[in-house]
Amino acid sequence: MMNKIKQIIVLMFFTGLLASCGNISSNGNSSTSSRGAIGNSAAERVYVAPGDHDEFYAFVSGGFSGQLAVYGLPSGRLFKVIPVFSQDAEKAYGYNTETTPMLNTSHGFVPWGDSHHPDISQTNGELDGRWCFINENNTPRIAKIDLTTFETTEIIEIPNSAGNHSSSFVTENTEYVVAGTRFSVPVPQRDMPINEYKGNFKGALSFIKVDQKDGNMDIAFQILMPGFNYDLSHPGRGDSHGWFFFTTYNTEEANSLLEVNASQNDKDFIAAINWKKIEEYVKNGGGTKVPANYAHNVYDEHTHTATSTMMKEVLTVNPSDVPGAIYFMPTPKSPHGCDVDPSGEYIVGNGKLAAELTIHSFSKMIKAIENKDYDGEAYGIPILKYESTLAGSVKQPGLGPLHTEFDGKGNAYTTFFISSEVVKWKLGTWEVLDRKPTYYSVGHLMIPGGNSRKPFGKYVLAMNKITKDRYLPTGPEVTQSAQLYDITGDKMEMLLDFPTIGEPHYAAGCPASLLEANSRKLYKLEDNKHPYAVKREDQATVVRKGNEVHINMTMIRSHFAPDNIEGVQVGDKVFFHVTNLEQDYDVPHGISMIGANTSELLIMPGQTETFIWEPKQVGVWPFYCTDFCSALHQEMQGYVRVSPKGSSVPITYTLDGDALTE
Amino acid sequence: MRITKFLIMMVAITLFSCNGETASNEVVNPVDHSTNTVKKEVAAHKGQAAVDDGVSAKNVLQVAASLEDFSTLVVAVKAAGVEDALANAGPLTVFAPMNSAFAKLPEGTVETLVKPENKSKLAFILTNHVAPSNYPIKQLTKEAKKGRDLYMASGKYLKVENKDGEIYVGGTKIIKSVKVSNGWIHVIDDVLVPAE
Repeated sequence: MMNKIKQIIVLMFFTGLLASCGNISSNGNSSTSSRGAIGNSAAERVYVAPGDHDEFYAFVSGGFSGQLAVYGLPSGRLFKVIPVFSQDAEKAYGYNTETTPMLNTSHGFVPWGDSHHPDISQTNGELDGRWCFINENNTPRIAKIDLTTFETTEIIEIPNSAGNHSSSFVTENTEYVVAGTRFSVPVPQRDMPINEYKGNFKGALSFIKVDQKDGNMDIAFQILMPGFNYDLSHPGRGDSHGWFFFTTYNTEEANSLLEVNASQNDKDFIAAINWKKIEEYVKNGGGTKVPANYAHNVYDEHTHTATSTMMKEVLTVNPSDVPGAIYFMPTPKSPHGCDVDPSGEYIVGNGKLAAELTIHSFSKMIKAIENKDYDGEAYGIPILKYESTLAGSVKQPGLGPLHTEFDGKGNAYTTFFISSEVVKWKLGTWEVLDRKPTYYSVGHLMIPGGNSRKPFGKYVLAMNKITKDRYLPTGPEVTQSAQLYDITGDKMEMLLDFPTIGEPHYAAGCPASLLEANSRKLYKLEDNKHPYAVKREDQATVVRKGNEVHINMTMIRSHFAPDNIEGVQVGDKVFFHVTNLEQDYDVPHGISMIGANTSELLIMPGQTETFIWEPKQVGVWPFYCTDFCSALHQEMQGYVRVSPKGSSVPITYTLDGDALTE
Repeated sequence: MRITKFLIMMVAITLFSCNGETASNEVVNPVDHSTNTVKKEVAAHKGQAAVDDGVSAKNVLQVAASLEDFSTLVVAVKAAGVEDALANAGPLTVFAPMNSAFAKLPEGTVETLVKPENKSKLAFILTNHVAPSNYPIKQLTKEAKKGRDLYMASGKYLKVENKDGEIYVGGTKIIKSVKVSNGWIHVIDDVLVPAE
């Protein structure tokens, strides 16, 4: 009897154990997990209690959405979508007159972009949290996001470039943000037969100087490389600081059916560029200034307004004019990711079609250069012997390697698109330590600080292109996703899987503590230099100038001043210049006007924004606050009387039946 | 019976052990997960009244708390549990009685009101000092002229009068007005006790 009871107890114990820890298989772990199934549930480790803050910020590119999303890790909660290259009606970005210039290009106003690789600024090779840069692929541009306001404050177009893909990575001290062309094109652009590509097209690699005070970007020089495709890039660090590495493919210089014609060569190259040497050359008057046409758009936080300037010249450098500055390292089969480990010694080439990962050694590369260990040249650029720069290779790592990041503990993590997995391997021994599936077809991965000297190797975020059955279906278009793995143990453990905006192309992450305290809360009204700012309610005006009517209006809880406006006529162009008088954190106001052919405005405390309304119909038309600002938000409204063209109704404006002036 | 109890206990222990790091034998590679989140107990448990971002203009509660003249009012606000409402977006217009106003009440009134059992009564009196709207003195002057009463958060109405350029609410004079981030404070020297 006693025995039987014991048996029952033991049985109960294990049943209870299994049932109460239901995550055993749900996180995709095999039994090889170093942490027992009951040690810590995945849910617990990503749970951030109400009111608590996440440990990391993750800036996740929106890919074809053109934007940049701000998430918290480990929770995967979305905090903000920062509009960068696409219009955003929610925030009036690219709609109001203040931010429209941000989307100006040499092709005119472009309302959409394809955002790709965010990178946080660095000092001494470590994340410093000043700015986040991100590239636009389609109409080549680089944007800078201010990490105190979390707003896009600058966009520079890249001339002579197309498919701006091997971008926007920063050097160790953010001396430069680098932008490389994916597609080679005629430089300068001209009318010529496409099939004369070979030998005639050029690949421009642009080095954009970053002003250390205000972050202002300026193209310092463009290296006009042979007409290959330049896919990805990363800076050297430590001993290799001063160099930049770019993967190339299509060294065949095919101009059609690249999926076949650009896969002919056994090896393409990683281009190693000694930018310090070129910087020196340029400083001494080297390079050729050539005519160009590209937009440089800057947002001023005091005028709350962007300006767009067309730049007319760019300095180009011909590689053969700077001997000893550029070398090619043969790398198997159309390498995609080009990743440099935290020490700066290893340069990983992720050959998309290769059976193994190729790792070059920086110190061996320097030696090979010294020894002139060449295997020919391409367009005057020496090709180093493959064996002379090779540090090692990771054998049979998976199928379709794309990108590698580092944990700062001697391990590397590589994504494999075709076999849908993240593989952990060891630097130096090149042995595979672990592999975990992703769901599905992973592109980039991100470890906070994972491409700096100092990674924060606690989590890796894998970003997937395909999710099929992973979420509730939403018709033919289903979300893309990010998956969070704990990488503190010997084996990776998947903790969380969350949907993302657009395509989560790549991400940059940093400890929350780097940014949290610096996050701006409001704009000081006294610093507002907007030409139409109204800083006191009794200074609001409505002014007619020909067929333009300028309504210089204020907003505060919970009314507009003025809120009754008469004397507007059909055919007028009515400018609403609206200032939010609040000086209180998290009290934006919005405004929209019935029939306005534009977005709402969403105005932060102390800020002024403008929208234009062209009334087409006689009547009395209301406007209202679009942001639920206060208990009397529903009362925050007003009317504009629109009279026929040529009417004698004068301009008048009031609040509560009285003029606004004292 | 005893066995049943024992079984329940065992299951309970099992559940507990899943809950965290207590099952130390299973953790081959122990990691401190306590740093997963940055603890912010203030935000989690204390509500909007506890938020002080250091940049925003001060709200009703912060201004009242910073002035010695309103120490009784602030004690009463806390006793009634309405601090968060005074830190809310509002907009709010608060007719704030000074300490001397409370002193005018019959002896023992304040002490009685701040007792937990009188919490709702106290809240009712306090909300009779708060208009859920934006009334600068200029607007109050206008209200007096137009004969419009103020609707208060208590559900009662207060009369506004203009006596030789001085504005009175509920029969007491406004001594001073202060703009705050979420509305206005008008200083008075009487407690506006509702009729019932």
